[in-house]
Amino acid sequence: MSGVIATRGLVKRYGRLSAVDGIDLDVRAGDVYGFLGANGSGKTTTVRMLLGLVLPTSGEIDLLGARMPRAGRRVLPRVGALIEGPAHYGHLSGRENLALLDASGPGARRRTRRRRIDEVLEQVGLGGVGRRPVKAYSLGMRQRLGLAGALLRRPELLVLDEPTNGLDPQGISEVRELLLDLHRTGTTVFLSSHLLAEVEQLCSRVGVLDRGRLVLQEQLATLTAPTGATVVHTPTPDRVRAALDGRVTSMDGERVVVRGEDPAEVNALLVGAGIPVTGLALQRPTLEEVVLAATGTSTDRVESR
Amino acid sequence: MIAVELRKLFRRPRTWATIAVLNALPVLVAVLLVLTDLAPRPGEGPPFLSAVLRNGALYPLAALAIVLPLFLPIAVAVVAGDSIAGEASAGTLRYLLARPAGRTRLLVAKLIAVLAFVLVTVLIVAGVGYVLGTTLFDAQPVTGTSVSGTSLTPADLGGRTLMAIGYVAVSMLGVAAFALFFSTLTDSPLGATMGALAVLVASSLLFTLDAASPIAPYLPTRYWLSFVDFFRDPIHWRDITRGIALQGVYVGVLLAAAWANFTTKDITS
Repeated sequence: MSGVIATRGLVKRYGRLSAVDGIDLDVRAGDVYGFLGANGSGKTTTVRMLLGLVLPTSGEIDLLGARMPRAGRRVLPRVGALIEGPAHYGHLSGRENLALLDASGPGARRRTRRRRIDEVLEQVGLGGVGRRPVKAYSLGMRQRLGLAGALLRRPELLVLDEPTNGLDPQGISEVRELLLDLHRTGTTVFLSSHLLAEVEQLCSRVGVLDRGRLVLQEQLATLTAPTGATVVHTPTPDRVRAALDGRVTSMDGERVVVRGEDPAEVNALLVGAGIPVTGLALQRPTLEEVVLAATGTSTDRVESR
Repeated sequence: MIAVELRKLFRRPRTWATIAVLNALPVLVAVLLVLTDLAPRPGEGPPFLSAVLRNGALYPLAALAIVLPLFLPIAVAVVAGDSIAGEASAGTLRYLLARPAGRTRLLVAKLIAVLAFVLVTVLIVAGVGYVLGTTLFDAQPVTGTSVSGTSLTPADLGGRTLMAIGYVAVSMLGVAAFALFFSTLTDSPLGATMGALAVLVASSLLFTLDAASPIAPYLPTRYWLSFVDFFRDPIHWRDITRGIALQGVYVGVLLAAAWANFTTKDITS
């Protein structure tokens, strides 16, 4: 597996404040990488450094195997990006906006431009949008157009900052399907978000940023692997404790956590003892629990000292 | 990239609205002159205006002289001030640079677009002036008159008019360079435009101040009206060449500063 994004000791300081404080990102080909962090944790600054918009104070960035920001002209045409919300020229149509963006840089063929624009508009669900100027678009339509701009050159890597912002639930689900489709055809996706649910549904790998530090970087499946305990729901929790003496690790109302990684075995014991069981599941930590355990308090809280 | 910037600029309704407003003043002046027949006395009012009632062929120059002190610099400062800061405030700058447009390329393309705007605007003002001059006034294309009082052949007059238009465009490049530099400093297009205009107002004010006479030759607006010298007989080159050299220095220094700032700047808009 080759590294699609690799940073070493990436630092960005604004005066005395370290917005990004020595992070080592490792995004591999074929990943759907969820880049999580609270507001103000340095996500956007990191994304901007990856794309050569913000220049790092120190550290190295390799994007598709080439050193950024020096190799930007060579590498960035192979990257599609959505950075902090879409932005377009309001008096022009969506199609014209895409054409101008496409013509603004290298690595795009003029002959195929029209066809590519038609394809991506279709792909993001704006196929029938016509010649309406972008200022008449809804927030969701602008978001779709932004995504279309990112897809225009069939990029190998998509860097998306909050891509479902402003979309309704149907829109969010459509975008999720679209991203999974692209991933199946070989696109690596780097998804920066503070929406845990979004990342949990989409991503194969997760990095968690807290106050400019990467506190966690792991396969999602590893993070949410079963803990070796079974969760039992029962109207009579006290009888569970009596029947499975010593194996109960915690009780909370009708929810009892029992040591043992085979729910069937636990179930057999309980049913054998005549205890009614209304629910039974392997215990897995949710992504939220993992993230909260790894990070401190929210960074937009300003505590008095 | 250059083609893209030109398309953006000239497909924008605001660009044409600016040019239309710019032409409104010379049109109004021409109509008033025709209706009242009251030309300013020679030596008063904008250059050439006193002569247009006698020869309408001079009206393109009168029109340029009318818009040159204020309207034209405002229009140029608006367009040039908007060039980078406008993209930043709209959020499109980050997408252009991540595309990647290349920072130096983008700056050069913006500069060329502003240059095109200056040329188109000056030519349209001159063209509208020509139409006004030949339709509303008595045009005497056969015997053009120089400011010095000698007569000029029509070919001579035409050539000198073109040179004067070129000189006005060069003068406006200085304004454009100030506005473009400020445009790389701020994310507010209005701030960049006002900054450039503040420089011009300060320069015009200092020019009238005797105490500022030691620095007067270096003020950016010092030689603006020297385009009149093209119509002296013979052409009075001294102030014209100084004006071009001065604008050249300003443009060179400011563009270098704009480039140095823009290529090393964190784009956080």
